[in-house]
Amino acid sequence: MTEPSRKKIGVEVSIAVSEAVKQCDVDVVSAYPITPQTHIVEHLAELVAQGELDAEFVPVESEHSAMSVCAGSVAAGARTFTSTASQGLALMAEIVYCVSAMRLPIVMVVANRSLSSPLSIWNDHSDAMMVRDSGWIQVFVENGQESYDHIFWCFRVAEDEKSLHPVMLNMDGFILTHTIEPIEYWEDEMVKKYLPPFQPKFRLHPEHPLTMGAFGPPEIFTECKKAQDQALIATMPVIEKAWEEMEKICGRKYSAVETYRAEDAKTLLVTMGSFSETARVAIDEMRETGEEIGLVSLRLWRPFPFEKFRNAVKNAENLIVIDRAMVFGGPGGPVASEIRSALYSGKKRPRIVNFIAGLAGRDVQPDDFYQMVQHAKTKIKDGTEDEYEIYGVRE
Amino acid sequence: MTKPADQFKWQELTVGFVIPEPGTAREYHTGDWRSTHPVWDEKKCIKCGRCWVFCPDMAVFQKADQYFTMNPDYCKGCSICSRECPTEAITMLEGK
Repeated sequence: MTEPSRKKIGVEVSIAVSEAVKQCDVDVVSAYPITPQTHIVEHLAELVAQGELDAEFVPVESEHSAMSVCAGSVAAGARTFTSTASQGLALMAEIVYCVSAMRLPIVMVVANRSLSSPLSIWNDHSDAMMVRDSGWIQVFVENGQESYDHIFWCFRVAEDEKSLHPVMLNMDGFILTHTIEPIEYWEDEMVKKYLPPFQPKFRLHPEHPLTMGAFGPPEIFTECKKAQDQALIATMPVIEKAWEEMEKICGRKYSAVETYRAEDAKTLLVTMGSFSETARVAIDEMRETGEEIGLVSLRLWRPFPFEKFRNAVKNAENLIVIDRAMVFGGPGGPVASEIRSALYSGKKRPRIVNFIAGLAGRDVQPDDFYQMVQHAKTKIKDGTEDEYEIYGVRE
Repeated sequence: MTKPADQFKWQELTVGFVIPEPGTAREYHTGDWRSTHPVWDEKKCIKCGRCWVFCPDMAVFQKADQYFTMNPDYCKGCSICSRECPTEAITMLEGK
């Protein structure tokens, strides 16, 4: 085991993320700048221009082209990175779906930002939820250190021969991307030990012609989709192993579903992304007043960790699920819908209250979690749980 | 391909549905789509080759006698050859 370096430096999280990409020794970066992802790709462009990163930086005219370049470069066997947000991800969406079915292990950071309209540059999860069903491995991080660490994890999980899937790292725009945090960098040797070279199963080469992205007539399309679904589900051991190995390298332990003060908690908050870190503070405060409350932080969004999630909430009587995206005319926030589906077939079902909060960067502080918990308790006591409630909306 | 598409089980598909050999599009006979077909009148044909140039499927070819005809495996019956022919030597007829 390499001795973890304990030296922390204060750095903007976006810069730390691009430094991690550099440490992964990527071959190609192709991206189009969009707030709040901009600092990540700007810094990578600088690293390439200054000769600190031996890679091709391909500036493109749109995100659709960015992902298309990534598809081509990873198909040729190059380690490939891109990053986008919001409208950029929307424009890119066509190719986002293509590359997962084609099993092209691109790593993309999504600096989560709301979708227009009204135009908003601020954070929520509506962009990530738009491509929820795109077949990518999708992970959320809570803070700067996690963002940095997970770049290595993303490449390892993406490129593993048992995986070969694109991986999307979701980090809350501004809340994480533009914050200066103390971050413990990995030594290059640690990265080398953790991340083996990329060895594609198939690659485009003039001497060995083959076809990628062929069409699939009705006779075979269903079999293709079954194979794609099974392949994504089958990445779970690779994902778990990559977290286990990371703990050995840097000492930090991550998991698909993480809990905080949850063992004896009757009521559990369920959150994803940077919400989780604030929720921990709120839980500490509520625990001091005798509230039996804990947290389930969902880190892995796709493939959904059904078994781990059910296990994490098995003793809870109440779940308070806090979403950061709308589902218009639907059954509640995307996380709550998922969780209701995951638990419906069980014998013991907890009561579920869903709040949608923090849209377009509206601040959600520890006291807001406290307010939501108190309100949820009233709803549960009165038996008035509804599908969802938008927290803090003026009416 | 080793067997027709409708005989593959999902477990038998390659990673990313890659087709690991070149030239397999040849096996897909798009001529099946045809509902009209071109017929050349060799009395009017001046062997200019415009039908050969314009065919989007490269399904027109030149015979040994230098007149043109279509390859029934790939001609979709789109009628572009007939429209582009300067001497109106190509007529589209109903059926395959």
